[in-house]
Amino acid sequence: MGEVRLMKGNEVLAEAAIRCGCDGYFGYPITPQSEVMETLMARQPWNETGMVVLQAESEVASINMVYGAAGSGKKVMTSSSSPGVSLMAEGISYIAGAELPCLLVNVQRGGPGLGTIQPSQADYFQSVKGGGHGDYKLIVLAPSSVQEMNDFVNLGFELAFKYRNPAMILADGAIGQMMEKVELADFKPRRTNEEIEAECGDWATLGKPKSRKKNIVTSLEMDSDIMEANNLRFQEKYKKLEEEEVRYEAIQCDDADFVLVAFGTSSRVCQKAVEIARAKGLKVGLLRPITLYPFPKKIIKELARKAQGFLSVEMSAGQMVEDIKLSVYEAGSNARVDYFGRMGGIIPSPNEVVEALEDKFSWELSYGVKRSY
Amino acid sequence: MDINEIIKPENLVYDKSAVLNDDVMHYCPGCTHGVVHKIMAELIEEMGLQEKTVGIAPVGCAVFAYNYIDIDWQEAAHGRAPAVATGVARLHPDNFVFTYQGDGDLASIGTAEIMHACNRGENILVIFINNGIYGMTGGQMAPTTLEGMVTSTTPNGRNVDLNGYPMKITNLIAQLPGTSYVTRQAAHTANAARKLKRSLKKAIQNVLDKKGTSFVEVVSTCNSGWKMTPVAANNWMTENMLPYYPLGDMKDSEKGEHSEN
Repeated sequence: MGEVRLMKGNEVLAEAAIRCGCDGYFGYPITPQSEVMETLMARQPWNETGMVVLQAESEVASINMVYGAAGSGKKVMTSSSSPGVSLMAEGISYIAGAELPCLLVNVQRGGPGLGTIQPSQADYFQSVKGGGHGDYKLIVLAPSSVQEMNDFVNLGFELAFKYRNPAMILADGAIGQMMEKVELADFKPRRTNEEIEAECGDWATLGKPKSRKKNIVTSLEMDSDIMEANNLRFQEKYKKLEEEEVRYEAIQCDDADFVLVAFGTSSRVCQKAVEIARAKGLKVGLLRPITLYPFPKKIIKELARKAQGFLSVEMSAGQMVEDIKLSVYEAGSNARVDYFGRMGGIIPSPNEVVEALEDKFSWELSYGVKRSY
Repeated sequence: MDINEIIKPENLVYDKSAVLNDDVMHYCPGCTHGVVHKIMAELIEEMGLQEKTVGIAPVGCAVFAYNYIDIDWQEAAHGRAPAVATGVARLHPDNFVFTYQGDGDLASIGTAEIMHACNRGENILVIFINNGIYGMTGGQMAPTTLEGMVTSTTPNGRNVDLNGYPMKITNLIAQLPGTSYVTRQAAHTANAARKLKRSLKKAIQNVLDKKGTSFVEVVSTCNSGWKMTPVAANNWMTENMLPYYPLGDMKDSEKGEHSEN
């Protein structure tokens, strides 16, 4: 058993970064995630592991510092919250286009605009559909506990380097601010220059020895045939991600007539909602996507064969519900997909979720079969 | 002397640096980029820095600098080169990192990044090509465009009431204590190019000595964008640009010192 502590989600991100051998962090203050950089600055990891921590002049600068450092083969990250991530969108697109591995964290707050500092899940589209310009995808991990904030730092870096693609932890203000028991990972040393050379020497800007051609980190290509080939290669990578890296948790889904689908904070609410509904005699389960991209389509298709309905429970106006609908459509199922959510920084209560389920699926609940159109 | 005698290695008086490759440059004839590229390639070779140099290319004509100088490169988003260079230099403090930026890149969209990189005293060299125009996008007004100067977005000449004033950003940079060496040079004559090379060599040495940011502006021509022949562009630059952007060192001190200018 590793060291167990009571910590905030944001603090754990910092601790996990140090422990997993992260080389650098670049960030800019924004509520509700400022504790990430504050914790790092207080911990002074440069004395301990040599990790670089730098407060940038803006999110625009911090994501480009990440681009530079990642392009030189280092294991680097940034964190921000919704408005800051919007500012980073340009840089993230360049990072995806140059195929650089790095870890991004979005501790979401409500929008649009300056919105609210309270938690939200309204950056789902921005995170899973690309967010910046061009055809690209991020690997998106959705933690629902402080423990997963810890675990996904290392997992995010592993996936990022495995696929040479930016990975994002998509948390929200509640997960970032709440304190929970967490088992910390053991310390892993930072990679040596030799290890970086071996792993990244054929693409990273480490300085050009006589023995190899120059490495150029760029997303630019003027020849359309080559640019299309690059795009096709990215799409192959995303396809492989969809085949091999889907992660989810299915709770009481085996006999479920109705499946709640929720991630992050709303999935915790839904766990309680499942208990309440089951106590009422309703066969309700919970599917919690852990990877939002790649989305767990396959399990939804399987569940759609049997289930009468899916309720996407989100702290947004209904974004993930579109991906659930696509999956159910692809399964050729006539299970109905609906949405319930709250916005503006409000977290739905478990009773609200059960009431919404009973309301939206009243026809199915009355007749006990799928409604056909 | 017959030709075979002339081409003997011991009779060689000048050779192109091996760090500058043989690819045909896309720059227009008369463009200043070619001279600055050549000087940087020579210095990287002469100072033995090829294996530890990382260049950060901008958006603009010099985006393709990475095609010509035989070192590792990263291509940055428009204006962001100083932030990208910060990421590389902080994580690889033993490498020599430089940015190569135009006036639209550095003095307009990238103002925040250049100010703060210089203010932090990042151990990088910034090469600032100031030709008073956006060259690659077809000759639009830049922050450095002179008053009255005709561009595609100031067809009646730059009007300061409408467009503000030509920005002397290098003078602002010199105020920042993170910089140690700030100079404005040119490359339009053999003499100017020799002086530029001396300045760049000093700037590179400062970076190697960890003296903070060194900043070298090169007042340049864009004869295509200015719609002039190369010779006419050089003359126009001498007559119009140099009085507003006078050449010379603005700061040559230790990191942490404030400039009085």
